[in-house]
Amino acid sequence: MKATTRDVNGIAIIKVDGKITIGAGDQQLRDVIANANSQKILLDLSGVTTIDSSGIGELVGSYTTVTNKGGKLKLLHLPAKLNELLHVTQLITVFEVYENEQEALGSF
Amino acid sequence: MPPGSKPMERDGERIEITISSRFENIELVQVIAEHLCENAGMDEDGSHWIGMAVREAVANAIKHGNKLDVKKKVNATFELNGHDLSITISDEGTGFDPEKVSDPLNPQNLMKTSGRGIFYMRTFMDQIRYSFEAGSGTSLVMTKNLAKGTGIASGKA
Repeated sequence: MKATTRDVNGIAIIKVDGKITIGAGDQQLRDVIANANSQKILLDLSGVTTIDSSGIGELVGSYTTVTNKGGKLKLLHLPAKLNELLHVTQLITVFEVYENEQEALGSF
Repeated sequence: MPPGSKPMERDGERIEITISSRFENIELVQVIAEHLCENAGMDEDGSHWIGMAVREAVANAIKHGNKLDVKKKVNATFELNGHDLSITISDEGTGFDPEKVSDPLNPQNLMKTSGRGIFYMRTFMDQIRYSFEAGSGTSLVMTKNLAKGTGIASGKA
Protein backbone atom coordinates (compact mmCIF):
# COMPACT_ATOMS: atom_id res chain seq x y z
CA MET A 1 0.00 0.00 0.00
CA LYS A 2 1.20 3.50 -0.79
CA ALA A 3 -0.34 6.67 0.58
CA THR A 4 0.23 10.28 -0.43
CA THR A 5 -1.22 13.18 1.50
CA ARG A 6 -1.91 16.72 0.33
CA ASP A 7 -3.55 19.59 2.13
CA VAL A 8 -6.39 21.59 0.62
CA ASN A 9 -7.78 24.36 2.81
CA GLY A 10 -6.97 22.48 6.00
CA ILE A 11 -8.42 19.21 4.76
CA ALA A 12 -6.02 16.26 4.44
CA ILE A 13 -6.65 14.40 1.21
CA ILE A 14 -5.02 11.01 1.53
CA LYS A 15 -4.74 9.03 -1.69
CA VAL A 16 -4.28 5.33 -1.12
CA ASP A 17 -2.92 3.02 -3.82
CA GLY A 18 -2.50 -0.75 -3.86
CA LYS A 19 -3.69 -3.39 -1.44
CA ILE A 20 -5.25 -2.93 1.97
CA THR A 21 -5.06 -6.51 3.14
CA ILE A 22 -4.02 -8.46 6.18
CA GLY A 23 -0.30 -8.00 6.75
CA ALA A 24 0.03 -5.73 3.70
CA GLY A 25 -1.47 -2.34 4.29
CA ASP A 26 -4.03 -2.70 7.04
CA GLN A 27 -1.71 -1.40 9.78
CA GLN A 28 -0.23 1.18 7.38
CA LEU A 29 -3.64 2.68 6.69
CA ARG A 30 -4.25 3.15 10.40
CA ASP A 31 -0.85 4.82 10.85
CA VAL A 32 -1.27 7.17 7.89
CA ILE A 33 -4.66 8.35 9.14
CA ALA A 34 -3.45 8.67 12.75
CA ASN A 35 -0.52 10.82 11.57
CA ALA A 36 -2.57 13.16 9.37
CA ASN A 37 -2.12 16.80 10.31
CA SER A 38 -5.83 17.50 10.17
CA GLN A 39 -8.95 16.13 11.76
CA LYS A 40 -10.71 16.63 8.45
CA ILE A 41 -9.72 13.71 6.32
CA LEU A 42 -10.80 12.81 2.81
CA LEU A 43 -9.66 9.33 1.85
CA ASP A 44 -9.27 8.94 -1.92
CA LEU A 45 -9.56 5.19 -2.54
CA SER A 46 -9.52 5.26 -6.35
CA GLY A 47 -6.15 3.46 -6.47
CA VAL A 48 -7.08 0.59 -4.15
CA THR A 49 -6.74 -2.71 -6.01
CA THR A 50 -7.74 -5.17 -3.28
CA ILE A 51 -9.26 -4.80 0.15
CA ASP A 52 -10.10 -7.71 2.44
CA SER A 53 -12.00 -7.91 5.71
CA SER A 54 -8.94 -6.71 7.63
CA GLY A 55 -8.73 -3.67 5.36
CA ILE A 56 -12.41 -2.95 5.86
CA GLY A 57 -11.82 -3.34 9.60
CA GLU A 58 -9.06 -0.74 9.46
CA LEU A 59 -11.33 1.66 7.59
CA VAL A 60 -13.93 1.23 10.32
CA GLY A 61 -11.35 1.58 13.10
CA SER A 62 -9.88 4.71 11.54
CA TYR A 63 -13.35 6.21 11.14
CA THR A 64 -14.08 5.58 14.82
CA THR A 65 -10.72 7.01 15.95
CA VAL A 66 -11.12 10.20 13.92
CA THR A 67 -14.76 10.67 14.91
CA ASN A 68 -14.03 10.14 18.61
CA LYS A 69 -11.48 12.98 18.39
CA GLY A 70 -14.14 15.27 16.97
CA GLY A 71 -12.87 14.93 13.40
CA LYS A 72 -14.43 13.76 10.19
CA LEU A 73 -13.32 11.02 7.80
CA LYS A 74 -15.03 10.81 4.42
CA LEU A 75 -14.44 8.60 1.39
CA LEU A 76 -13.81 9.64 -2.21
CA HIS A 77 -13.81 7.65 -5.48
CA LEU A 78 -14.74 4.17 -4.27
CA PRO A 79 -13.67 1.41 -6.68
CA ALA A 80 -16.67 -0.68 -7.77
CA LYS A 81 -15.73 -3.76 -5.75
CA LEU A 82 -15.10 -1.79 -2.59
CA ASN A 83 -18.44 -0.07 -3.09
CA GLU A 84 -20.09 -3.50 -3.32
CA LEU A 85 -18.32 -4.66 -0.16
CA LEU A 86 -19.49 -1.60 1.77
CA HIS A 87 -23.05 -2.33 0.65
CA VAL A 88 -22.82 -6.02 1.57
CA THR A 89 -21.46 -5.19 5.02
CA GLN A 90 -23.97 -2.31 5.39
CA LEU A 91 -21.09 0.02 6.17
CA ILE A 92 -22.23 2.23 3.33
CA THR A 93 -24.72 3.59 5.88
CA VAL A 94 -21.82 4.70 8.09
CA PHE A 95 -19.47 6.41 5.66
CA GLU A 96 -20.06 9.59 3.70
CA VAL A 97 -19.00 8.75 0.16
CA TYR A 98 -18.30 11.21 -2.68
CA GLU A 99 -17.53 10.85 -6.36
CA ASN A 100 -16.53 14.49 -6.83
CA GLU A 101 -13.58 15.98 -4.97
CA GLN A 102 -14.88 19.57 -4.90
CA GLU A 103 -18.22 18.41 -3.59
CA ALA A 104 -16.45 16.34 -0.94
CA LEU A 105 -14.25 19.27 0.11
CA GLY A 106 -17.29 21.52 0.35
CA SER A 107 -19.02 19.08 2.69
CA PHE A 108 -16.55 19.54 5.58
CA MET B 1 -20.19 -13.70 -17.08
CA PRO B 2 -21.18 -12.32 -20.50
CA PRO B 3 -24.93 -12.53 -21.16
CA GLY B 4 -25.95 -15.88 -22.53
CA SER B 5 -22.68 -17.60 -21.71
CA LYS B 6 -22.28 -20.35 -19.16
CA PRO B 7 -19.26 -21.74 -17.37
CA MET B 8 -17.78 -24.80 -19.00
CA GLU B 9 -18.18 -28.10 -17.25
CA ARG B 10 -14.81 -29.48 -16.24
CA ASP B 11 -14.61 -32.91 -14.69
CA GLY B 12 -11.95 -34.16 -12.38
CA GLU B 13 -9.95 -30.94 -12.04
CA ARG B 14 -8.01 -31.14 -8.78
CA ILE B 15 -5.36 -28.76 -7.47
CA GLU B 16 -3.68 -28.90 -4.09
CA ILE B 17 -1.23 -26.51 -2.45
CA THR B 18 0.36 -26.43 0.99
CA ILE B 19 1.77 -23.21 2.39
CA SER B 20 3.50 -22.16 5.58
CA SER B 21 1.60 -19.76 7.82
CA ARG B 22 2.75 -16.44 6.36
CA PHE B 23 0.34 -13.73 5.25
CA GLU B 24 2.33 -13.20 2.04
CA ASN B 25 1.35 -16.72 0.97
CA ILE B 26 -2.37 -15.94 1.02
CA GLU B 27 -2.29 -14.47 -2.45
CA LEU B 28 -0.79 -17.66 -3.93
CA VAL B 29 -3.90 -19.56 -2.92
CA GLN B 30 -6.23 -16.74 -3.93
CA VAL B 31 -4.69 -16.59 -7.41
CA ILE B 32 -5.16 -20.34 -7.91
CA ALA B 33 -8.83 -19.99 -7.01
CA GLU B 34 -9.32 -17.09 -9.41
CA HIS B 35 -7.53 -18.79 -12.30
CA LEU B 36 -9.39 -22.05 -11.77
CA CYS B 37 -12.71 -20.19 -11.89
CA GLU B 38 -11.70 -18.15 -14.95
CA ASN B 39 -10.50 -21.31 -16.74
CA ALA B 40 -13.92 -22.80 -16.02
CA GLY B 41 -15.55 -19.84 -17.75
CA MET B 42 -16.47 -17.72 -14.72
CA ASP B 43 -16.23 -13.99 -15.40
CA GLU B 44 -13.66 -11.74 -13.72
CA ASP B 45 -16.04 -10.46 -11.05
CA GLY B 46 -17.31 -13.90 -10.10
CA SER B 47 -13.77 -15.26 -9.94
CA HIS B 48 -12.72 -12.29 -7.82
CA TRP B 49 -15.39 -12.89 -5.18
CA ILE B 50 -14.57 -16.60 -4.93
CA GLY B 51 -10.90 -15.63 -4.64
CA MET B 52 -11.88 -13.25 -1.86
CA ALA B 53 -13.66 -16.04 0.05
CA VAL B 54 -10.52 -18.16 -0.28
CA ARG B 55 -8.36 -15.24 0.89
CA GLU B 56 -10.46 -14.86 4.04
CA ALA B 57 -10.41 -18.61 4.72
CA VAL B 58 -6.64 -18.84 4.40
CA ALA B 59 -6.12 -15.68 6.48
CA ASN B 60 -8.27 -17.16 9.26
CA ALA B 61 -6.37 -20.46 9.07
CA ILE B 62 -3.03 -18.66 9.40
CA LYS B 63 -4.08 -16.16 12.07
CA HIS B 64 -6.66 -17.93 14.19
CA GLY B 65 -5.93 -21.58 13.36
CA ASN B 66 -2.16 -21.76 13.25
CA LYS B 67 -1.65 -18.62 15.40
CA LEU B 68 0.96 -17.29 12.92
CA ASP B 69 3.29 -20.23 13.63
CA VAL B 70 5.24 -20.47 10.35
CA LYS B 71 6.11 -24.10 11.09
CA LYS B 72 2.42 -24.96 10.85
CA LYS B 73 0.92 -25.52 7.42
CA VAL B 74 -2.26 -24.56 5.65
CA ASN B 75 -3.48 -26.91 2.95
CA ALA B 76 -5.84 -25.85 0.19
CA THR B 77 -7.54 -28.31 -2.16
CA PHE B 78 -9.65 -27.28 -5.13
CA GLU B 79 -11.90 -29.79 -6.85
CA LEU B 80 -14.03 -28.97 -9.84
CA ASN B 81 -16.60 -31.47 -11.08
CA GLY B 82 -18.99 -30.19 -13.70
CA HIS B 83 -20.05 -26.77 -12.44
CA ASP B 84 -19.47 -27.73 -8.80
CA LEU B 85 -16.42 -26.21 -7.15
CA SER B 86 -15.36 -27.52 -3.76
CA ILE B 87 -12.56 -25.83 -1.83
CA THR B 88 -11.11 -27.29 1.36
CA ILE B 89 -8.86 -25.20 3.60
CA SER B 90 -7.21 -27.06 6.47
CA ASP B 91 -5.00 -25.84 9.28
CA GLU B 92 -3.30 -27.32 12.33
CA GLY B 93 -5.25 -25.32 14.91
CA THR B 94 -7.49 -26.41 17.74
CA GLY B 95 -10.74 -25.22 16.20
CA PHE B 96 -13.49 -22.87 17.33
CA ASP B 97 -17.25 -22.68 17.53
CA PRO B 98 -18.57 -21.04 14.35
CA GLU B 99 -21.90 -20.45 16.11
CA LYS B 100 -20.18 -18.07 18.51
CA VAL B 101 -18.95 -15.81 15.73
CA SER B 102 -21.03 -12.65 15.96
CA ASP B 103 -23.14 -11.36 13.08
CA PRO B 104 -21.31 -8.34 11.60
CA LEU B 105 -24.61 -6.95 10.29
CA ASN B 106 -26.06 -6.69 13.78
CA PRO B 107 -26.14 -2.93 14.51
CA GLN B 108 -24.16 -3.41 17.71
CA ASN B 109 -21.39 -5.12 15.74
CA LEU B 110 -21.37 -2.84 12.71
CA MET B 111 -18.43 -0.74 13.92
CA LYS B 112 -16.29 -3.66 15.04
CA THR B 113 -12.89 -3.80 13.35
CA SER B 114 -12.92 -7.58 12.93
CA GLY B 115 -15.30 -10.48 12.48
CA ARG B 116 -16.27 -10.13 8.82
CA GLY B 117 -14.19 -12.94 7.29
CA ILE B 118 -16.69 -15.78 7.73
CA PHE B 119 -19.48 -13.43 6.65
CA TYR B 120 -17.59 -12.82 3.39
CA MET B 121 -17.24 -16.56 2.81
CA ARG B 122 -20.94 -17.15 3.45
CA THR B 123 -21.81 -14.27 1.13
CA PHE B 124 -19.61 -15.29 -1.79
CA MET B 125 -20.00 -19.08 -1.63
CA ASP B 126 -23.10 -21.31 -1.70
CA GLN B 127 -22.21 -23.19 1.45
CA ILE B 128 -19.44 -23.32 4.03
CA ARG B 129 -18.94 -26.04 6.60
CA TYR B 130 -16.33 -26.39 9.35
CA SER B 131 -15.21 -29.66 10.82
CA PHE B 132 -12.87 -30.29 13.72
CA GLU B 133 -11.05 -33.39 14.78
CA ALA B 134 -8.92 -33.56 17.90
CA GLY B 135 -5.28 -33.55 16.94
CA SER B 136 -5.85 -33.02 13.23
CA GLY B 137 -6.80 -29.36 13.06
CA THR B 138 -9.67 -27.56 11.42
CA SER B 139 -11.07 -28.13 7.95
CA LEU B 140 -13.31 -25.73 6.12
CA VAL B 141 -15.19 -26.90 3.04
CA MET B 142 -16.67 -24.20 0.81
CA THR B 143 -18.78 -25.07 -2.20
CA LYS B 144 -20.00 -23.07 -5.15
CA ASN B 145 -21.98 -23.94 -8.24
CA LEU B 146 -20.26 -21.84 -10.88
CA ALA B 147 -23.34 -21.85 -13.10
CA LYS B 148 -25.27 -19.89 -10.45
CA GLY B 149 -23.15 -16.75 -10.68
CA THR B 150 -21.63 -14.83 -7.80
CA GLY B 151 -23.19 -14.34 -4.39
CA ILE B 152 -23.40 -10.59 -4.81
CA ALA B 153 -24.64 -10.56 -8.40
CA SER B 154 -27.25 -13.22 -7.72
CA GLY B 155 -28.72 -11.11 -4.95
CA LYS B 156 -27.69 -13.51 -2.22
CA ALA B 157 -26.19 -10.64 -0.21
